[in-house]
Amino acid sequence: MLEKALYGSKGYYVWILLLLGLIGLGSIAYYTQLTQGLKITGMSRDVSWGFYIAQFTYLVGVAASAVMLVLPYYFHHYKAFSKMIILGEFMAISAVSMCMLFIVVDLGQPQRLLNVILHPTPNSILFWDMVVLNGYLFLNIIIGWTTLQAERKGVTPASWIKPLVYLSVIWAFSIHTVTAFLYAGIPGRHYWLTAIMAARFLASAFCSGPAILLLLSLLLRRLTKYDPGKEAIQSLAKIITYAMCVNVFFFGLELFTAFYSNIPGHMHSFEYLFHGLEGHNLLVPFMWAAVVMAIGCLVLLIPPAFRNNENILVPALLMLVGASWIDKGLALLVAGFVPNMFERVTEYAPTIPELAVSMMVYATGALILTVLWKVAVSVKKEIA
Amino acid sequence: MYDGGKIITGLVVFVGLVTFPLWSNVGKAAKKPDPKIDTPVIQQLAEKKCIEPKVLMQAEHMKILNDWRDSVVRDGNKLYVSSSGKTFNMSLQNECMNCHSNKKQFCDECHNYTDVKPYCWTCHIEPKEKEKVAWASIEENS
Amino acid sequence: MGINRREFLKIAGISVVTGLGGATAVDLLRRAPVEASQVSPNPKALTAKRWAMVIDTRKLTEADCKRMIEACHRIHNVPDIGTKQEVKWIWTEEYEHAFPDDMNEFVSDEVKHRPFLLLCNHCDQPACVRVCPTKATYKRADGIVMMDMHRCIGCRFCMAACPFGARSFNFGDPRPYVKEENPKYPTRMRGVVEKCTFCTERLAEGLMPACVEVSNGALIFGDLDDPNSEVRQVLRSNYNIRRKPNLGTQPCVYYIV
Repeated sequence: MLEKALYGSKGYYVWILLLLGLIGLGSIAYYTQLTQGLKITGMSRDVSWGFYIAQFTYLVGVAASAVMLVLPYYFHHYKAFSKMIILGEFMAISAVSMCMLFIVVDLGQPQRLLNVILHPTPNSILFWDMVVLNGYLFLNIIIGWTTLQAERKGVTPASWIKPLVYLSVIWAFSIHTVTAFLYAGIPGRHYWLTAIMAARFLASAFCSGPAILLLLSLLLRRLTKYDPGKEAIQSLAKIITYAMCVNVFFFGLELFTAFYSNIPGHMHSFEYLFHGLEGHNLLVPFMWAAVVMAIGCLVLLIPPAFRNNENILVPALLMLVGASWIDKGLALLVAGFVPNMFERVTEYAPTIPELAVSMMVYATGALILTVLWKVAVSVKKEIA
Repeated sequence: MYDGGKIITGLVVFVGLVTFPLWSNVGKAAKKPDPKIDTPVIQQLAEKKCIEPKVLMQAEHMKILNDWRDSVVRDGNKLYVSSSGKTFNMSLQNECMNCHSNKKQFCDECHNYTDVKPYCWTCHIEPKEKEKVAWASIEENS
Repeated sequence: MGINRREFLKIAGISVVTGLGGATAVDLLRRAPVEASQVSPNPKALTAKRWAMVIDTRKLTEADCKRMIEACHRIHNVPDIGTKQEVKWIWTEEYEHAFPDDMNEFVSDEVKHRPFLLLCNHCDQPACVRVCPTKATYKRADGIVMMDMHRCIGCRFCMAACPFGARSFNFGDPRPYVKEENPKYPTRMRGVVEKCTFCTERLAEGLMPACVEVSNGALIFGDLDDPNSEVRQVLRSNYNIRRKPNLGTQPCVYYIV
């Protein structure tokens, strides 16, 4: 079926070439990073994880979100998702690939990354992260590919797919819980040491991932006339709205615990984010923009009349993605490192080379997504 | 065959590219590596022997160094009794390079010939070419 | 011969796995050139069950601290970078930064301006060891939390996990920033994490850690498991605190205030 990705419209080829160009440009920055080291990034002794790991964290959520389609469709036979589910599974493949690429570009010694397999360390959450990410990637590749292949041949998929599907549902929850455990088990960093970190991650994943999927599906519909169906879109929008409510609620819970307990350690990171600490206030405008966008998107998503109107839905989803990205892809990391372990403030902002390498990874993910979605749409068109 | 012209042409180009290293170096044999062991420290040794016989060292020195690395860093050991019964310090920088202080004329000779680029010396400081006290084995010095 | 693509791919796949697996098995089972019986520790080495350090901050002056930091950084080829991507194994902080949990508005003036030496605490239950995915940082039997620079992949999880900010990362090549190379000790390369190692290379020669040796008695180093050791005697007779004890990592660097 992969040959379907080799033929397309002129616009398709231009897009592929553009992505390859972006990957090439970013590779130059990555080559500089390989030879000079991570000093070309904005990270420091105090903020030792930055943009790369933040993107990995955000994209793990996006990858896990496929479960929001798989669960209703396979467990509860919700047939309305039938045209969208392959898009979700393929997007998960793209997202997980980007996750792993972001981890690799963040490593100081990437040529040694097989040490994680050669010297397995079960007490390390990073070891389990590698296991679950790779497992999820293979699960989605196998499930997505065989179900699409079976659909193309007009047969029901082989029976061994069913247990794999059930496994993938549980696995989706696990990849995000394990990633949350990277943060939630660290003593000493108050912004991260919260029992609801995994729950917050899941809530944020289940609104931001489907939101990105929905936005991309609507874009796909405009480009290829492949329509996932009005019911699918509206159902997914409902799921997204509920998840975003929970996401915002959980953030409110964190704010309450920090500020009502009045414990300085717990409050410091929030103060840095929303007000600034010792004059350092780089993230303050971003955080307040995220608040506005989060509340704004809920105002637009909760009333059914707005949510079912695609002209309002699209800006609402864009705001949701923006707010959730700022919360998870920007604030989460930095607030864990500011203030540092001896109460000093070092700010962080990504550098241009760092953003260029990130662009390389995002373009690679977009390329994988384009190729896979082209295959899916072509096959569906073929059997229609 | 179909497209026979294109296939034959492609094959010829491919074989040409793949065998490029062979035919482009005809007549230019690379110089055989000639590692020099005439450093000041080695010249002062009573018995000019490495920790193990030369053939074993040539074949296994990287494996020996890896085993030494794990033994020193991870297990806290320091002394190595060689097959000849002598005791040495397990240290690339302070034992091996003490005698073989001429990295460019010794280590690099074979490594360059085989195009091997070990990055040991990115961290383990290579000796500056200067006089060092003979310190071949611990027994001679104690 | 009638073989379809699926059969061919299956056979090819199994051959590759068998080939690679067989090669790996042969390599692993080959006789190792270095037998366990050939290696041993230095008989002069200092040994302990639980190395610890007591810093008597009453005896510390800024000049003392500077001397100790110089000694450590010089013999270990620690680069002097000076930007936010700095590398430091041992440094000074004021009281409110060394012990941020003791938010005391009315700490005595003298203590407020006293220099406190901060370094890796070589905890009994280190968070950094718990999170390292390759065991590149690990706890030795004598209690020292050690770094294996050969295995570190530079993921910096240990830096996130350490509640004391004791670890530094080599963002770039450190060599240009090493003022005076000590030819007896390696440098590190870019991309690995480093920190104080309680001078394992000196302990292996029967010497005290460098900072202890130049401390003029302000630093005491010894075995916590030996009730007659100097550290135990000093701790028994002086009020002492540790950094962030409530986090449960059980740091082994004690401060007499």
